[in-house]
Parts: sequence; C-alpha cells; structure tokens
Amino acid sequence: MKNELLVKMVEEFALNVVKPRAREIDETESFPLDTVKEMAKYGLMGLPFSTEFNGVGADTKAYIDTIRIISKYCATTGTILSAHTSLCSHPINQYGTVPQKEKYLTKLNTGEYLGAFGLTEAGAGTDASRQQTKAVDCGDYYEITGSKIFITNAGYADVYIIFAMTNAELGLKGISAFIIEKDLKGFTIGPKEKKMGIRGSSTCELIFDKVQIPKTQLLGKVGEGFKIAMTTLDGGRIGIAAQAQGIAESAFEKAVSYVKTRTQFGKPIAAFQHTQFVIADLKTQIEAGRLLLYKAVEDKDNNLSYTESAAMAKLFCSRLAVEVADSAIQLMGGYGYIRDYEVERYLRDAKITEIYEGTSEVQRMVIAGKVLRS
Amino acid sequence: MNIIVLVKQVPDTTEIKIDKETNTLIRVGIPNIINPDDLAGVEEALKLKSLYGGTVTTITMGPLQAESMIRELYARGIDDAYLLSDKRFAGSDTWATSKILSTFIKTLEYDLIIAGYQAIDGDTAQVGPQIAEFLNIPQVTHLKQIKKIEGNQIFLDKAYEHETQTLSVELPLLVTTLKAMNTPRYMDAFHIWTAFDKEVKIIKFDDLDIDPRYIGLAGSPTRVKKTYTKQVVPKSPKEVLEPKDAAKKIFKLIYPYMEVKSQ
Repeated sequence: MKNELLVKMVEEFALNVVKPRAREIDETESFPLDTVKEMAKYGLMGLPFSTEFNGVGADTKAYIDTIRIISKYCATTGTILSAHTSLCSHPINQYGTVPQKEKYLTKLNTGEYLGAFGLTEAGAGTDASRQQTKAVDCGDYYEITGSKIFITNAGYADVYIIFAMTNAELGLKGISAFIIEKDLKGFTIGPKEKKMGIRGSSTCELIFDKVQIPKTQLLGKVGEGFKIAMTTLDGGRIGIAAQAQGIAESAFEKAVSYVKTRTQFGKPIAAFQHTQFVIADLKTQIEAGRLLLYKAVEDKDNNLSYTESAAMAKLFCSRLAVEVADSAIQLMGGYGYIRDYEVERYLRDAKITEIYEGTSEVQRMVIAGKVLRS
Repeated sequence: MNIIVLVKQVPDTTEIKIDKETNTLIRVGIPNIINPDDLAGVEEALKLKSLYGGTVTTITMGPLQAESMIRELYARGIDDAYLLSDKRFAGSDTWATSKILSTFIKTLEYDLIIAGYQAIDGDTAQVGPQIAEFLNIPQVTHLKQIKKIEGNQIFLDKAYEHETQTLSVELPLLVTTLKAMNTPRYMDAFHIWTAFDKEVKIIKFDDLDIDPRYIGLAGSPTRVKKTYTKQVVPKSPKEVLEPKDAAKKIFKLIYPYMEVKSQ
C-alpha cells in the first residue's frame, strides 16, 4: 500500500519536475541543483534510512522504485540520487558511529547535504589494491594525499566517502574509509569531465594535498575500507540496475507509441511482423530485467545475501538498457536519431550503466566467484 | 487555528465516457480522484497550518472506498480525517448532505471551514454555502487568496468576474476554494510512509444526532426527473477553408455585429 502510493507520488513528481528539465540539462551539461532541492523537499533523498536520523524509514523497494521511475524521465537525476543514497548515506548508515550518523546522515537524509563516494583512481579501477591515495596517521589526525577520478556529484557534494591506504604493505587490508567534508584546506575539485551520457551529472577529479582530518572522520575500523567499499557497491549495483531498467522501460514506451502511429505503405508500422517480433522480444527482455531487479531488492529487504543477485541484476539490466535504447532508435529511424525524440539520449545515458559501480566484466567476476567458490 | 476541509472523492471526469443508449455516465472502470476544488482547499489549509500552526482535519461523506483518497490526504500532511459513511446516507441530495455534514461539524471545534467550490461530478456548488447556513456562520465563496489572520479576523480576497473584493471577516468562517487558486503539493515520502498507520474515523448514522426524515433519498427535496445530453445541431453548412480564407470569411460574417467604439 505504502509502496504503491509512493510509486504514484514519484510518477507525478518525475513527470512534472524531473522530465521537463531532462533535455536541457543534457544539452547544456548543467547540474540540476533545483531538482535535487525538490527531491529533498519531498523526502526522496533519505528514503531507506531510519526516521531516527531524519530518514523516511522506507524499504529498499521504495528506494529502487524511485530510482527506476526518475531514471525513466532523466537518467542524470537517477545518477545523482543513486550516488547520494547508495554510495554515501548507505555506508555511513551501515558503518558509521552514532555521532557520525547524527552529524552527517541526518543532513544527507533531508538533502541539506549531498553525498559522494571516491574509490577509483587513475591507476586503480577494478584493481582497488593499487590505491595511491595515502592517509598518514599523525597522532591526533590523519593527513590525506592523493587523487580520485570520475567522482559523481563532485563539486556539488558536501560530504565524500573517500578510500585511502593507511598501510600499503597490507594491500587490500591496508585500505581505510574516511568521511571528508568539502571546503577542507588542501581539498580541491578538478574540472568537470565531458561525458557521452548522463551529461547533467557532475564528474570530476578530487585532489587531496596534505588534507588534515580529525580521527573521528574514520568510517568503520582501520583496514576495513575495502570491505566497506565492496558492500557499498553491492547495494549501489541494485540502484544502477534500477536506473538501467528505467531507461529501458522508457525507450520501449517511446518505441511502442511511435510504431502505432507511424504509417508506411498505407499502414502503421506496428502492423508489420518484423516490428511485432522486435516488440515481443524487447517486452520479454524488459520483463526479465524487472524480475531480476526486484529479486535483488527482495533479497536485500529480507536481509539475505544480495551480492550475487545485485551483480546479476546490474549485468542484465545495463545490457538491456543499451539494447532497448538501440532498438528503439532503429524502430524510429531518422526520428530516433534526432535529439527531439529523446531516445538517442537514452542510448548515450544507458552506456554508463555497463561501466560504473563495477563494469559488466566485474559483475561476471562476482557472479562466477559466487558460483565456483561455493 | 483548527481548520476543517470538506473533501469529496469523485470519478475522474477527464476519463469519463457517456453511454449513448442511456445518456448516463459510464462509471465502471473510471479512476476516482480527489475533487480538484477540494484539493486546492487542502493545500490552502496546509499552507495556513505552516504559517499559523494548528491542525488540518478533513471530512468526507461517501462510500468506504473513499478511504484510499483519505490515505492520500494523510500523505500530503493532514492531521486527522473523518469519513461519514452509512447506507442510510445514500441518495442524499445537496440539502440532505449539508444537513448530515453540518450536524457532524457541530460536534467539532473549528476556526475555519474550507470547502471546494464545487464537485466535478455534480457541479452544484451548493454544499459549502448550505453548511455555512446550517452552522449559522459567515461564508465567503470564490476565495482568491487569504492575506493574513490576526486574532479573530481573517483578511482575504474574493474573486468576482471583473473585480476582486478585499474583505475582513470574523472567524469562524466558511470559504469555498477553486482549483485555479493554487498548485497542490505532491504527497511526500515522509507522510506516505506513515499514512497507513493513521486512523480514518468512520462516522455512522447512529453517531449523529439527526432526524432520519432529513437524510438519504427520502429526506432529499431534489427530484431528478431526467438526465440527458444536449444534442448539438449545426445550423449552417460546414465549410473547410485555408486559414487565411477562413479568417476573411469569419470577419465578413461577424463584422455587421461588431460594435466599433471610437475613443
């Protein structure tokens, strides 16, 4: 009941607030700060967290429905919300101390703060053990030096979850996680990357030059960083799968309405069997994506392990988004290729879902690992 | 500031079709919505609450299915809701409905009652004013804007066709609101998540101190003899012209009737 009402609300919100801005923010590569503020006003920035810390207290399903629906109208906005919730608020909620939750989670949940996450480095992508960013223990404080790249929400975020080596000799077990505020001395943001898709979102380098942070900013225990990063990404992947699923659903709806009205050889192109077969295949794939996505959601809401189901959902739904967007363009021909009809944006936006928060190859490693190691 | 808002669940008339045989509305499968003029009233009440504090209570008369609408009102931030629902209320016209609602409202404490100007299914615009009469309180219909409340005085603008009246009225007062006066907020996630934990208080005939002769179909003075759709018969032949030629032709036709005023 609650979930259905939330879906109804998010549909209305996305249609009236998110959709009208989608094309413009893509064209101008501008960050939709106004939309973020509106999402905050309606409680969408703190859905799956406890009311004790100003959250809504909703379940994963509510959060994932929201990402999916918002991404149907604007994948950029989906990215911003997903990075904020899954990658920043979530690890603080799971690993943070009560004072850390009171200081950060309460403001992240109301949207007063926007969150971000920094793991990737120029030389350390999938292989996180190659982290060059260092956090040196200086007694009362840590001193962080290094840089992170491709950071979503960079420049607009108030709080960043950053991973750095506290003991390089220990490899993955030498990584620790930190909560870092913007405006710290020595912390600067690089220029905005120019991207293929989700162009309204902000993606920048983070540069740390001897940034001093109190020891209370350590998230979890020393050396626990890699574990925190991996479990955070498990949850994040359900969000990306939802984003991809939303793009696929939207592209499909556009294609269906087009083939019903486009007339060639005296009849709507929906009357041709080729069109019908393409539509049938796409619909079947979309339904499969939905089932995989909500299987992962169910696992998480039922406190079961969701590493594997989240990886499968992301692997499948991200490919689905690319393929459905591509098919939609093909069905719509020249109209699909021009920007007015939006499906070309869907294809550009879809591609990132196969790359960020673990490439499709990483998802296969995760799935195979689960299958073969058990 | 205790505000009562009268809210009705109505069929979404934008989706309604007419049965050509019987000339009546086909109601089967039509989604129900919050009456738009009433939703404007809810928004106005929530705005007043944020400015002056107090509570917002909605009152609805209708079948039990109206509960779904009330959950959506909770999801927008109202504090309390009553649903007046009884088989004996069925068939009430606007007079009997106003009688039932005002009888119940007399048991509550309130400063302001907001009613939608009219419901999109009946279009009578009678229930609000009749309730004010039954309660013997002042009323201002066609509310344009509430300017401020100072103590017992409310300052507001009332819309007329070609003018706006600024009035100062003593509370308690009943006002009627129109859809165009504001943009209702969306439901919000915080209130959605608690909307189903709240109580929808059901009020039955037995809960009211009311004479059964004044309610339901039997207590309603209105008698509907026939409902029909007006047939439009074109009086002049249809012509299809290019826009430019059409404009010229229209001008020629209406020119003799135009009043040209010289300054």
